[in-house]
Amino acid sequence: MARIGVFVCHCGENISATVDCGKVAETIGKLKHVALSTEYKYMCSDPGQTLIKEAIKEHNLTGVVVSACSPRMHEPTFRKACAEGGLNPFLCEMANLREHCSWVHEKNELTTEKAIDIVRTQVEKVKLNSALQPIKVPVTKTAMVIGGGIAGIQSALDIANCGHKVIMIERSPSIGGHMSQLSETFPTLDCSQCILTPRMVEVAQHPNITLYTYAEVESVEGFIGNFKVKVRKKAKSLDEKACTGCGLCTTKCPQKKIPNEFEQGMGMRPAIYVPFPQAVPNRPVIDKEHCTYYLKGKCKICEIVCPTKAIRFDQPDEILELEIGAIVVATGFDIKHADFFPEYGYGRYKDIIDGLQFERLASASGPTSGAILRPSDGKVPKNIVFIACAGSRDPAKGIAYCSKICCMYTAKHAMLYKHKVHEGKAHVFYMDIRSGGKNYDEFVRRAIEEDHVNYIRGRVSTIFERDGKLFVKGVDTLLGAMPVEIEADMVVLATAGVANSGAEDLAQKLHVSYDSHKFFAEAHPKLKPVETNTAGIFLAGACQNPKDIPDSVSQASGAAVKVAALFSQSELTREPLVAVVNRTSPPLYSTCVACGMCKPVCPYQAIELEEFKARDGRVVKKAARINEGLCQGCGTCVAVCRSKSIDLLGYSNNQVYAEVVALLNDY
Amino acid sequence: MKTGIYPGCSLTGSARDYNESVFALAEAFGLELNQIPDWNCCGATAAHNLNKELSLALPARILAIAEKNGIDEIIVPCAACYSRLVVTQHELKKNPELKNRINEVIEMDYRGTSKILNVIEWIDKYIIPVVAEKTVKPFNYKVACYYGCLLVRPNKVLNYDRAEDPQTMDVVMTKIGAVPVDYPYKTECCGAGFSVSRTDIVSKLSGKIIEDAEYRGADAIIVACPMCHSNLDMRRPDINKYWATEYKIPVIFVTQAIGLAIGLSPEKVGLKRHFVDVKIS
Repeated sequence: MARIGVFVCHCGENISATVDCGKVAETIGKLKHVALSTEYKYMCSDPGQTLIKEAIKEHNLTGVVVSACSPRMHEPTFRKACAEGGLNPFLCEMANLREHCSWVHEKNELTTEKAIDIVRTQVEKVKLNSALQPIKVPVTKTAMVIGGGIAGIQSALDIANCGHKVIMIERSPSIGGHMSQLSETFPTLDCSQCILTPRMVEVAQHPNITLYTYAEVESVEGFIGNFKVKVRKKAKSLDEKACTGCGLCTTKCPQKKIPNEFEQGMGMRPAIYVPFPQAVPNRPVIDKEHCTYYLKGKCKICEIVCPTKAIRFDQPDEILELEIGAIVVATGFDIKHADFFPEYGYGRYKDIIDGLQFERLASASGPTSGAILRPSDGKVPKNIVFIACAGSRDPAKGIAYCSKICCMYTAKHAMLYKHKVHEGKAHVFYMDIRSGGKNYDEFVRRAIEEDHVNYIRGRVSTIFERDGKLFVKGVDTLLGAMPVEIEADMVVLATAGVANSGAEDLAQKLHVSYDSHKFFAEAHPKLKPVETNTAGIFLAGACQNPKDIPDSVSQASGAAVKVAALFSQSELTREPLVAVVNRTSPPLYSTCVACGMCKPVCPYQAIELEEFKARDGRVVKKAARINEGLCQGCGTCVAVCRSKSIDLLGYSNNQVYAEVVALLNDY
Repeated sequence: MKTGIYPGCSLTGSARDYNESVFALAEAFGLELNQIPDWNCCGATAAHNLNKELSLALPARILAIAEKNGIDEIIVPCAACYSRLVVTQHELKKNPELKNRINEVIEMDYRGTSKILNVIEWIDKYIIPVVAEKTVKPFNYKVACYYGCLLVRPNKVLNYDRAEDPQTMDVVMTKIGAVPVDYPYKTECCGAGFSVSRTDIVSKLSGKIIEDAEYRGADAIIVACPMCHSNLDMRRPDINKYWATEYKIPVIFVTQAIGLAIGLSPEKVGLKRHFVDVKIS
């Protein structure tokens, strides 16, 4: 015989202001099998919880319904209280009287009626609850960090410094990411390389970190604590142990006119190359798409000149199979390039460049050694225009969001230009100046007031070239929408930050959601910003949305803490609210007919077909089996099961029917 | 497939040359063009500034007559008329209630089944595939293709060509041997309806369009809109006076250029009606 206890909470006045809690408790108390129905002002408080604990013992309760707020708020609280009172925690249910009733209705009798109905459904449900035991899964204490930019580096170092093993995967030949391309950083104007390169070296030398560059994730299987990841280590055509990084091969390679990715196409590189002098690892790779030997079968000059005979033309790609406990995605972002803008000539004009190209121009290690020289003729631009919001906040271009970093780096660019070209004129077209951040607005004011950068609030409609000048036509909205025309020598577009190439592909491999712009999606925009909706996979940096360095680093450390917390225990405990395919004794084994409908609909790849064999090894029966480690309890398989062989623990068909029937019946 | 044509006011008035060249091409290529009977004003700029229902009812009536006469596609040479007709079709398609209301107003049954083509689309569909075999005098000139505003805007509604950097007219011109120049003024404003009330504004804006075409070394400006044509051609004396210049670059309708290329006489395509002498032919 069920003995249910019902505890109606007033939630201060949150519930009692519109719901007659006394009437609810009294009405419910008259129901069959309800051993106790009582009310209290704050059920979640210590006295409230004690009330529940003591009632369980005193009335020998077999189930508890707490009629209070959303289970998202306090279900763990009350389940813990029940456990302390000696009841299996999964015999406790919550009736949501706050979000589902009192907050959304006026005070009247109908509201109280509805509250009674909500509690009744849970009373009927909890009668059918069964005691469940938490699921325990083992944890592999090795983390994988995908992406070797500043976010990945920070995460990897933080996790490694907690004493855990980290495997870092970077698809390009060197770690460092976009930050290694930057000249100076806002708002302090300290050199980006100077603060980054020591951390890159630390990654390479850390005893807990294994670094695979020129490598990409091939596939991901498994679940939190137990991922199986295949990584393709692309052939570098090089014996990395034999190579000393002397660089002789790179100077002798006859291919010298390949656009240099690190210089954003503003410089050239050979086919065997190290992306930049401070690269980690400082070893070359052969770019097979441009190498004369791979294209024509002849050359091999690098092999001839190599003093340690480290070149390996026949090296195959290598597939690594790794056991991983947690994954941090830190794949970063990309920017739209100047060819995205029809109104600015679709990239036809050489002297219209994007923000990253300007970074390389301003960088001491860049193609001009830090001199601001325009690409077309190498002259110093006397009049330069910066366009903030090129593509961002422009629904017509398909990018409605703010790219966040452009206001600040545009101010920095204009400042760097003024510091290097004293007599030059810098103009910035902007929509709004978004400079929220520590010392950020002061930085922008400094550009305007001390460096006399001409800020014009308005957008640019078109840019065209005439007589070697770029005609920038825009509007000054602070001067009554007055048309402005500037004859510029060079234009820098602060183009929109977008998801990195391959982000969608990777998200699908990881089974992680992403938004319409292909940025990785967090589990909750406020309270779970570093988690994804797949347990054990975390986000760091600009793969989630455009972010500056401080934000990326903060988030990366946040992700690292989540990984460290996960690794702090040898076993994981999960709620046992998973789907199960029933099992019966032979010869039936299960009512499942192995139709396999459930398998493709499972979003978590948790279902496989199990074979039952006779003694002679013959397969006598097949039935679906659900991996409780992978199952997230979504219930999709339950809905598609044609033989009703699957039930979701804690939300069985019978429990749901009981709730519905309770609503249909009078009491 | 029955093809109709909606001339609108310009083609029977200030842009008779455009009308003549369209029909000359139709005749030369054996294309049927049925004028929509009892057509009315499209509403032009006035209607949609004053009364939304009126601005939709006027084009809806034209389209309903076309539908009633079994016309499957309507050629609309004037860019402004084209815009009004397409916008009406778009608005009434997404708002069935409004469509019912407009049908009450015009006391006809507009359904939105006819396809509306601008002159470039018509040329693309019927003339370009066969123009090479008919070309006797390739149009070997450097041209500045000027699109103006309404041929490609609003882009979301028209869904035609690239709003910021349209290309279709340039492509058409290369098919008859012309060399389009890189022309940044191709969608700048010519002054449009200020042609009547503020000729000084037209002179200022159109002057820049002409100046850049000359600077780029174009032999002619190619247009597909009667309003653009009258501003760049008929207002040329005002423009030259305003800027103290002597611009002589002719302004030619795309249909006229094709006509010349296939050997039609300048008179046949209406070139003699221009204010600025067309010395190329």
